[in-house]
Amino acid sequence: MSAITRADVEHLGRLARLNLTPEEIDNFAGQLDVILASVARISEVAAHDIPPTSHPIPVENVYREDVVRPGLLRADVAAGAPAWEDDRFRVPRILGEA
Amino acid sequence: MGDLMGHDLTRQSASTLADAISQGEVSAEEVTKAHLERIAEVDPRVHAFLYVDSDDALAAAKGVDAKRARGDRLGALAGVPLALKDILTMKGVPTTCGSKILEGWRPPYDSHVVERLRTSDIVILGKTNMDEFAMGSSTEHSAYGPTRNPWDLERIPGGSGGGSSAAIAAFEAPLAIGTDTGGSIRQPAAVTGTVGVKPTYGGVSRYGLVALASSLDQAGPCARNVLDTALLHAAIAGHDPRDSTSINAAVPDVVGAALNGDVRGMRIGLVRELSGAGYQAGVEQRFREAVELLEGLGAEVIEVSCPHFEYALGAYYLILPSEASSNLARFDGMRYGLRAGDDGSHSVEEVMAITREAGFGPEVKRRIMLGTYALSSGYYDAYYGQAQKIRTLITRDFDAAFTQVDVLISPTAPTTAFKIGEKVDDPIAMYLNDVATIPVNLAGNAAMSLPIGLAPEDGLPVGLQIIAPPMTDDRLYRVGSAVESALVDKWGQLLIEEAPAL
Repeated sequence: MSAITRADVEHLGRLARLNLTPEEIDNFAGQLDVILASVARISEVAAHDIPPTSHPIPVENVYREDVVRPGLLRADVAAGAPAWEDDRFRVPRILGEA
Repeated sequence: MGDLMGHDLTRQSASTLADAISQGEVSAEEVTKAHLERIAEVDPRVHAFLYVDSDDALAAAKGVDAKRARGDRLGALAGVPLALKDILTMKGVPTTCGSKILEGWRPPYDSHVVERLRTSDIVILGKTNMDEFAMGSSTEHSAYGPTRNPWDLERIPGGSGGGSSAAIAAFEAPLAIGTDTGGSIRQPAAVTGTVGVKPTYGGVSRYGLVALASSLDQAGPCARNVLDTALLHAAIAGHDPRDSTSINAAVPDVVGAALNGDVRGMRIGLVRELSGAGYQAGVEQRFREAVELLEGLGAEVIEVSCPHFEYALGAYYLILPSEASSNLARFDGMRYGLRAGDDGSHSVEEVMAITREAGFGPEVKRRIMLGTYALSSGYYDAYYGQAQKIRTLITRDFDAAFTQVDVLISPTAPTTAFKIGEKVDDPIAMYLNDVATIPVNLAGNAAMSLPIGLAPEDGLPVGLQIIAPPMTDDRLYRVGSAVESALVDKWGQLLIEEAPAL
C-alpha cells in the first residue's frame, strides 16, 4: 500500500501522544514501512462478503444486580498517583498557550 | 510418594510438594524457604524475577502450616510456591508490566487470578520479568533487562512470559502464571522444556490483567509437568462477573484428563500450513517423532489444511496493535505511574506526550503507532477491517478442521531458543516466532505446549503444540498426559531433568 514517511511518523506520534526524537522518527519510518508491507498481504484475500470478527466468543451485554459494592480506597489510589493535592489528582493545566 | 527428607525440595513437582505438605512430611515454610534460597542462588544469572516478595511469601506459607495444624482441609496446591507474571495486579506489590511507565506502582487491588491463588493457599514468591506490556517473544523488550534461558544463559527464554518459563525451568518455582496474547505462554514453554497452557478465551478472568489486546489476552498455567499444569489451571479458571468476557459455564475437567492420559481412538489433525519453510530441521524431526508416538499410542493422525493460516500473522499484527494502541492510552501520567515534564509550563497534553515518550520502550511505541495507523481514517477498512474478516476465515478453518479431528497439533515454535541480541532489532524476524501460536488466539481456542525432546543440532528443547476447540481444554491434558507418560517411559525422566546445572 503506501510508504511511511517521516511526516507520517510525526503525525502518528502526535495522534498517539508520543513526543518522538528525530532519531526515533527516522528509525520508525523504515520499520513501520517494512511491517506494513509484510502485513499488507492480507489484502490478497477476497473477503467483501465475510463478516468481521471483533471477538472470539459471542459477547452479549451483561447486567449485574444493582447493589452497592465497595470501590477502591481513596488512600490506596492516592498512594499510586503521580501528583495528589487537596484530596484530588493534581493535573497540569488543560488549556494551551495560544 | 515417600519421605522428602534429604531431597532437594526445589526439584519436586507441585503435586508431590502439596501432598508432602498436607501429610506433614515437610512444612510449607520449609518449601518456600528452599525456593527463596534457590532464587537467591541462581536468579542473579537467570533474572527471571523483577520482584521477590520474601516476607509475604513466608507469611503465606506459615499461614498454610497453621491451617494444617488446626486440621483445616487444604487445597490441592496449598503451600506450593508460584511465580507470577508481572502483568497481573497484586495489592501492594509492584506491578510494572516490564515497563518504566509503571515503575514503583503498587496496585490498590488484586487481580482475579491472584484472588484465586490466595484462596487456593498457593504461595506467591514474586513477580516475573516479561517483554514490556507483553509485546515480544524473548523478554529482550523488558525495560529491566532480559531474562536468560536456564538451558543456555546466552539464549532467550521465550516471551513475553520468559520470566515465568525461566523461573520454573531453573527450579526457582514449580508453578508459574503466564499470559498468552499470541503465544506468550506456549512459546516460552517450548524453548525452556516446560509445559504451558493457554486456556479457552474467557476461561480465566482478565480482571486485573493489564490489557494488551483485550480480544486476545488470556492468563494460564505453567509448570514442569502436565498434572501440575492441570492443577493450577483448575485453581484459576472459572466464571468472574467482573470480566464481561468470562465464560459462565463449568470448567472442563482438566485434572481428571491429566490423570487419564489416553489417545486411543482419538483423531488428531496435523496442520499442513504449520510446517515447512522457516521451521528448523531438528524441530521438524522431533515433531515427526511425536506424530509417530501418538500413532503408536493408538491415535489416528491425519493431515488437515487450514488455508487462511498463512494470513494469520498479518491479521494479528493489525488487530493486536489496534487494540493495544487503544488500551495503552490509559498510561497518560495522570492517575498512576510515571509523570514527566510537569514543570508548570507544559500543558496536560504535552505532559502526556513527554511521559509516554519517556516511559515506553521502542517496541511499545512501534506497536502503538502501527495501531494508530491501522485505525486512522482512510486506512481502517483496508487494514483493521480486512484483518477482522481474516479472523473470521481463520475461525472457520478451525471449525472445519474440528469436524474431522478432536485436536490439532503442530510444532509450538518454528525454532529452538535463539541467542540474546539476534533478533531484537528486526521486528519481523521476532514476530515470526509466533507464527504457529497466533491462529489460536485469533479464534479463541485452548492450546498447550509440551516438551518433546531436544533438537539434535543444538541440544535445545522443542515443543509440541496441541490445540483443542473452545471449552474442551480437557482434551489438551488427555493428549499431553499420554505423550508425557510415553516420553518419561522412554527417557526415564522428564526432559527438564536434562537441563544443565546452573
